Amino acid sequence: MSTIEDAKPVPVTLGGVRGGPAGARTLRRDPWWRSPTITFVFLTAFVVYSAWAVFQNADYYVGIAQHRDLISPFYSPCIMGSCVAGAHGTFLVLHWWTITPALFALSVPAGFRSTCYYYRKAYYRSFWQSPPGCAVADGHARYSGETRFPLILQNLHRYFWVLALVWNVILTIDAVMAFRLPGDGGIGVSVGTLVLVANATLLWLYSLSCHACRHLCGGHVDQFSKAPIRHRLWKIATPLNERHMQFAWASLIMVALADLYVRLVAAGWIHDPKLF
Amino acid sequence: MPDVTMRIWRGDSTGGDFTNYTMPAVEGEVVLDMVHRIQAGPAPDLACRWNCKAGKCGSCSAEINGMPRLMCMTRMEDLPTEEPVIIAPMKTFPIIRDLVTDVSFNYAMARQLPPLALRPADGPDGTYRMQQMDVERGQELRKCIECFLCMNVCHVIRDHEENKAHYAGPRMFIRYMELESHPLDTNDRRELLRQRMGLGLCNITKCCTEVCPEHIKITDNAIIPLKERVVSGSYDPVAWLGRKILRRTKRSAAEAAADAPAQHTPTSEDRLERQTVPATR
Repeated sequence: MSTIEDAKPVPVTLGGVRGGPAGARTLRRDPWWRSPTITFVFLTAFVVYSAWAVFQNADYYVGIAQHRDLISPFYSPCIMGSCVAGAHGTFLVLHWWTITPALFALSVPAGFRSTCYYYRKAYYRSFWQSPPGCAVADGHARYSGETRFPLILQNLHRYFWVLALVWNVILTIDAVMAFRLPGDGGIGVSVGTLVLVANATLLWLYSLSCHACRHLCGGHVDQFSKAPIRHRLWKIATPLNERHMQFAWASLIMVALADLYVRLVAAGWIHDPKLF
Repeated sequence: MPDVTMRIWRGDSTGGDFTNYTMPAVEGEVVLDMVHRIQAGPAPDLACRWNCKAGKCGSCSAEINGMPRLMCMTRMEDLPTEEPVIIAPMKTFPIIRDLVTDVSFNYAMARQLPPLALRPADGPDGTYRMQQMDVERGQELRKCIECFLCMNVCHVIRDHEENKAHYAGPRMFIRYMELESHPLDTNDRRELLRQRMGLGLCNITKCCTEVCPEHIKITDNAIIPLKERVVSGSYDPVAWLGRKILRRTKRSAAEAAADAPAQHTPTSEDRLERQTVPATR
């Protein structure tokens, strides 16, 4: 039987003389640099803020002393020995973990977002300059794309997606627990409750609009009429997928804002007002 | 209306430069109209490929103010005219003359594509039964007019000529996806895509989608679904186990690769075409 090596190589002529001015990076006159610059600024700001927040290892939980049950999404799930009292509920598992719990909590979201098809476009353009814009020369002499280590690991995206769903469940439980106002009426809604609910909702929308989700729902099917349930799931995932970029940014900003809000309340800078 | 200066690349494989043509603006014109008026006036020897002037033949691809676009679908009123409007040939392909390039690379890649391999017929009369839901996904992919703007803008070959030897490119990925997801097809092109057609070279920066005049979502609906299928075929142990347990497989990658009809010399026809074009202005 033939093997793939038996197929003849692609017969193309390389090195033909190209038209247009030689050496010009681009002929574009529009502000093509604006979008990658904005992306660079926002992603850098998020990375700097999250790195700072991760190593604070404090002020991430608002507990019974302040009549609330709010935990920062940067520190959830908090199942380590180093978690502050009350933050871990009854799920204290990793007793040996003594460094900041956020390193564990953010490992899955970081893997999920860094292998996400949208974020790949964003950072390849704005950080790697590969390319910085359409019809703008990329900043590298050689290029191997995602065919070699480490970028071949981008193919693990669907596994991070599955783990991210587990994280979403945990953060949804956090949002539900935020309705508890111990010593302040028992159950109610505060601004912190709404912040965590909004955070969980956006994370679900971001995860369910993922390209890997769309593929696993039904994108892998060739004959939809033989798989009506998967076709229906695919039809639900497709319009969500079209807004994947918007959900990616909204959820990224919201998770940082949620951490900031909990941090400010926990540190006593602001009071979390009860709405009803 | 004021005059407009068109700055058009003139030259061939021996060299060239931009030449300015100042023409009176006419309301409602597209860039191709201006080029035709320049041909009818100051530069009758200006080479330009065009056919339908309706955005359906994909012939008049060029780079207008640096962006790959169809000249017939770019309205002059949408361009800033206080500066000269720059028109250059597609950068990724070898120049033939002026705005005409040799796009035979794309045909070489098309010849590599393992064709549709039909599954057994549904009826005893040799016919098939297909539902609307089975055919509608491929409709978008069949809108491609082969203008090759996506191939031109793709930095994998635009900035790295050496990758042309092993990169099918976005237009061909559309075709691969159309066949891979075809409800009647039994070929499996995933290993071919991974090993020889450079699917992993694409880093999904979506420029192909941005320039597509047919608004095909090339990245979302062709390239990423293909990447996910390749992941299932080569990088996902759970999918592998599932295939083993359920005994589900298409044809082997080796069989599909062996079907690739790569025997043609790709540029022979186009070399002939090139020879028929006058060599210099």
